[in-house]
Amino acid sequence: MAALVKWVALVVAVILPLVLPNEYYLQILTQAYVFAISACGLNVILGLAGQLSLAHAGFFGIGAYAVALLATKAGVSFWLGLPAGVALCALSGYAVGSICLRSKGHYFAIFTMAVGIIIHLVIQKWESLTHGHIGVIGIPGPGPIGPISFDSAIARSYLALFFLVATVFAITRLVRSPVGRTWMAVRESEPLAAAVGVNVMAAKRLAFMISAALAGLAGGLFAGFIGFLGPEAANVETTFNTLLYVMVGGIGSLSGPVAGTFIVYGLSQVLAVLHEYQMVIFGLALVLLILFMPAGLAGAMRSLMRPRPARVKPQ
Amino acid sequence: MELLAQQVLNGLVTGSVYSLVALGLTLIYGTMQVPNFAHGQLFMFGAYLSYALVMRAGFHYWAAMAVAVLTLAVAGAALERLVFRPLRHAPHLNSMIAALGMMLLLEAVAQNIWGPEFRQTDTPYGGIVSLFGLPVAAHRLILLAAAAASMTALLLFLTRTTAGAAIRATAQDPEGALLVGIDTSRIAMATFAISAAMAAVAGALIAPISLVYPAMGTLVTLKAFVIVVLGGMGSVTGALIGGYLLALAESLGGTYVSSTYQDLIAFVVLALVFTFRPTGLFKASV
Repeated sequence: MAALVKWVALVVAVILPLVLPNEYYLQILTQAYVFAISACGLNVILGLAGQLSLAHAGFFGIGAYAVALLATKAGVSFWLGLPAGVALCALSGYAVGSICLRSKGHYFAIFTMAVGIIIHLVIQKWESLTHGHIGVIGIPGPGPIGPISFDSAIARSYLALFFLVATVFAITRLVRSPVGRTWMAVRESEPLAAAVGVNVMAAKRLAFMISAALAGLAGGLFAGFIGFLGPEAANVETTFNTLLYVMVGGIGSLSGPVAGTFIVYGLSQVLAVLHEYQMVIFGLALVLLILFMPAGLAGAMRSLMRPRPARVKPQ
Repeated sequence: MELLAQQVLNGLVTGSVYSLVALGLTLIYGTMQVPNFAHGQLFMFGAYLSYALVMRAGFHYWAAMAVAVLTLAVAGAALERLVFRPLRHAPHLNSMIAALGMMLLLEAVAQNIWGPEFRQTDTPYGGIVSLFGLPVAAHRLILLAAAAASMTALLLFLTRTTAGAAIRATAQDPEGALLVGIDTSRIAMATFAISAAMAAVAGALIAPISLVYPAMGTLVTLKAFVIVVLGGMGSVTGALIGGYLLALAESLGGTYVSSTYQDLIAFVVLALVFTFRPTGLFKASV
């Protein structure tokens, strides 16, 4: 059943760009794919390894600015800039993770929030490199690979879809491997995981690194597709939006973050009414979700599909 | 020398605000183990309410502050009852996410009511007075005195009254407090009300000399977290002293080191502390 849903979703995703009425919707679709990659990344550290990292938008910003600055200042092509940005995020994820993950629970959340703010403020204030508030303009998009050109909006949306599918596939394989099991062991109980021989620090650090790399991948795609970039890409609000995508879809589920991104981002772009009150609704939605539906849509689906257990009468 | 004195005074003014906000944050963390990310937004609402009452409804400055403080106290109690109490037995991740949601919600609500413009409140103490030859806006002195008075009142309440002792007991050991007959649910609600009220005092005090805008709470929340982590999560004296210290470091660092990166100082300090002491400077005992 779940596999069927996935295949249907993929078929819809392949057909959708061909039937969308205009370029505006196509761009929204492409953005949704990009943000879904970022949401999948947050889900790795938050949903699978159980650590609330609030530095996520910071890594999104690092990846985006890496692609943008390499292209505009050094003339490096998108196709070299993107892996460079992802590698930079993975490396800085390793370094930041090594330090931050020594703090646990609330302390980790506060520490990573400070790291996120530092990254954002540095991007905003380091004007000689990043042009501060003005941002970077004229970022070249992905160049052609052989005969395939990525100049059209349709081609770009398929490119984003390709990266999203690859991301979901890779995470699915990871979760079903011993690595994924160690993450879940750490999430459920760190002392217990350590007791059965899991290297807790290494497991959390790997999750943090992958999460940062995926945020960087999404950021790099974002910069290349949009063509301009400002420091607000790395601000705390971007982290909150991503968190909401993950929560709506279902924290810790594999396809939940993708579904959550499509629903929340799609609705916020398509309904103009929502746009004015977007943050009011997002904030309220986050609170109501955590109160009444903490497992998100994926959790609701699971409990719908599961046969209802026979009620045992209290003695 | 005059520059130094001026900067020290600036540090003390900002420090009063930081300490008032950090005190509430640390009290909530101590009694409920919730990092209330929305705390700076309560401060922002305090500033906005006093602005709206003074500038649009013609209230006297102190009357406006009283109304703002009472409103925020009720809002704080409601926040505890409606959002954080139901999450008390859920994983700690959930209450953190709920707090983040409240942070987003309150800021967006302020933006929708009052718009993104910068506002400022009138004060009855608009003059300039001379303090040992140093020209000082009178409201700044009022702010220093009022903040000091509120903090003294809070400390006396916590140490000299039965209700205050109950709050401290709950912070030290919630189960023990229940065992000796303290209603910890009511304590949690009262703590939230008091903390929100302190944040409102800070907001109303700063509104005439600083700009009031929807995002003004975010940086204050983050800095209050820095203070609370430095002073020990849950420690009242730590928050009180830490607030003034951070503000002094910022105003002096901003003048003598780099004004561009002034806002970064707090977060770099926090990152350094966590790098060498992953559980904060002081053990998380209350």
